[in-house]
Amino acid sequence: MIEFRQVSKVFDSGGKKVEALKNIQLSVNKGDIFGVIGFSGAGKSTLIRTVNLLEYPTSGEVIVKGKNLAKLSHNEIREAKKDIGMIFQHFNLINSRNVFHNVAMPLLLSGYNKKAVEDQVYETLRFVGLEEKANNYPDQLSGGQKQRVGIARALVTNPSILLCDEATSALDPETTKSILNLLKRINEEYNITILIITHEMEVIKEICNRVGVMEDGQIIETGSVYEVFAHPKTATTRNFVKSVIRDEVPQSVYQLLKEKDHFSRIFKIEFFGADSGQPIVSKTAKIYNVEINVLFGNITELQGIPFGNLVVELIGDNYEIERAIEYIISQEIEVKEVIEDGSEQRIDIERVVGNALHG
Amino acid sequence: MEVSKELILNALWETLYMVSVSLFFGGIIGIFLGVLLVVTRKGHILENRLIYSSVNPIVNIFRSIPFIILLVAIIPFTRLIVGTSIGTTAAIVPLVLHIGPYFSRLVENSLLEVDEGIIEAAKAMGATPLQIIYRFLMPEAFSSLILSLTTVTIGLIGATAMAGAIGGGGLGDVAITYGYQRFSSITILVTVVILVILVQAIQEIGNRLERKARRI
Ligand SMILES: Nc1ncnc2c1ncn2[C@@H]1O[C@H](COP(=O)(O)OP(=O)(O)O)[C@@H](O)[C@H]1O
Ligand SMILES: [Mg+2]
Repeated sequence: MIEFRQVSKVFDSGGKKVEALKNIQLSVNKGDIFGVIGFSGAGKSTLIRTVNLLEYPTSGEVIVKGKNLAKLSHNEIREAKKDIGMIFQHFNLINSRNVFHNVAMPLLLSGYNKKAVEDQVYETLRFVGLEEKANNYPDQLSGGQKQRVGIARALVTNPSILLCDEATSALDPETTKSILNLLKRINEEYNITILIITHEMEVIKEICNRVGVMEDGQIIETGSVYEVFAHPKTATTRNFVKSVIRDEVPQSVYQLLKEKDHFSRIFKIEFFGADSGQPIVSKTAKIYNVEINVLFGNITELQGIPFGNLVVELIGDNYEIERAIEYIISQEIEVKEVIEDGSEQRIDIERVVGNALHG
Repeated sequence: MEVSKELILNALWETLYMVSVSLFFGGIIGIFLGVLLVVTRKGHILENRLIYSSVNPIVNIFRSIPFIILLVAIIPFTRLIVGTSIGTTAAIVPLVLHIGPYFSRLVENSLLEVDEGIIEAAKAMGATPLQIIYRFLMPEAFSSLILSLTTVTIGLIGATAMAGAIGGGGLGDVAITYGYQRFSSITILVTVVILVILVQAIQEIGNRLERKARRI
């Protein structure tokens, strides 16, 4: 649907060259909700803006539905843009025009008059839940409502692609959720491919099926959201994952390690998927002669699949504990041991148990 | 000395005539040049260095010539345009040349105040440059343009007083010829009072229209 081929963009601002995009290679498939995440200044906006040519690539090509827009004539580009809706962080509505007029605008630009587009505008407003606000002006709406107007305006031409540049970054968490739900509905009901850029991992977690992580003008990691969350390859990605799924071991666990007066070992097991987590804990306890206490847990859902970690205490003799852990590892579950370090207790000290056992 | 009612009314009419006609033409020139100064600048929708770097200094030149000098300096040009270089109609030519460039700067400022994001949205929708100007920029700048137009109108009233130098007539001219040269304080007083009322009224109308445009 959208393919970036070796796309680079260099800005020349006052003699100083800024390489905002460096050889971007990325494809967004039809039906995707593709998220690009990165810190401010990573080049995300520049990337998304090359899709509808708000920014021309310095080199490389962006192929949208098989066409390189940059090669088309001005008129053809304008036509092509009607198939690509866009929404913005700050909504960018025309404040001097009411909601109806704002949503009608893309159609008015094509030469239709207000009467002719009425049905279509109202249908779109109904879809975003703002039918009764048609005669209100943007300054009479909340942030969430303004973004709904922005979405209606982007949808009114029946595009097949929707670009979202930090569409929820100016909204509170509650409103963010409702806008994300709306985007999901748009993807499902109209089968519109969505490219969304954000600095909030929450957004990726909530609605995206695929994700690219961007840093310093490059895509440093890409894959299904599930893959990237489960096996982040870079420190940046790990930090983003941590921002939505806590994975540090709480202080109280270290406290327990220090103060307990019985023999036990504490492990963190990270699980992905429906067959792990709780079932594996009870299974292990049944097979081996160990008692398992769940001390702490962090579980979330990614596209309906449980995902997270449990901190468990295994009580029993050391041999049974090691066998139990070996069993868990054999189920392709990552396990790390939580150990106490007398000198620096605040720092998490984890090591892979496999190494501890066999190394 | 008596104040002639007829004299005053006639002068008022001349002032209003000069102000409204030069406002009309000056307004068109001002909006045209103002839009040009915005859209041809670097990074804007019709970036054009040649146009921008010629219009910009021309506007500056007209802005820096005192009106009383402009009035006299362009007499040949005035004769070319309206066939005469004296009288009320003749005064309109320098008034337009004076107020057009002035207004263009105010238009430029108003348009530059429009949020860049709105132009972004327009471009993303595939709007043509002309559509961006009249469907996005102008409506967004409308209330600010009303205030600029108010300022310009009041400035014009001041400028018409000097039009007496080329026999333009009007209230200012009456105040100078009858009041100053013939020592009729009452004439000065009456014309000044009328001018003050006129300016107050225009400012008030301007403010109201602006508020209405902003729906307050
Ligand atoms: N029009 C521009 N002129 C010069 N530099 C720019 C321009 N747009 C973006 N940049 C630079 O490109 C880099 C990436 O910017 P951007 O794409 O906006 O990042 P993000 O959206 O990830 O915050 C930044 O260093 C920014 O300063
Ligand atoms: Mg950005």
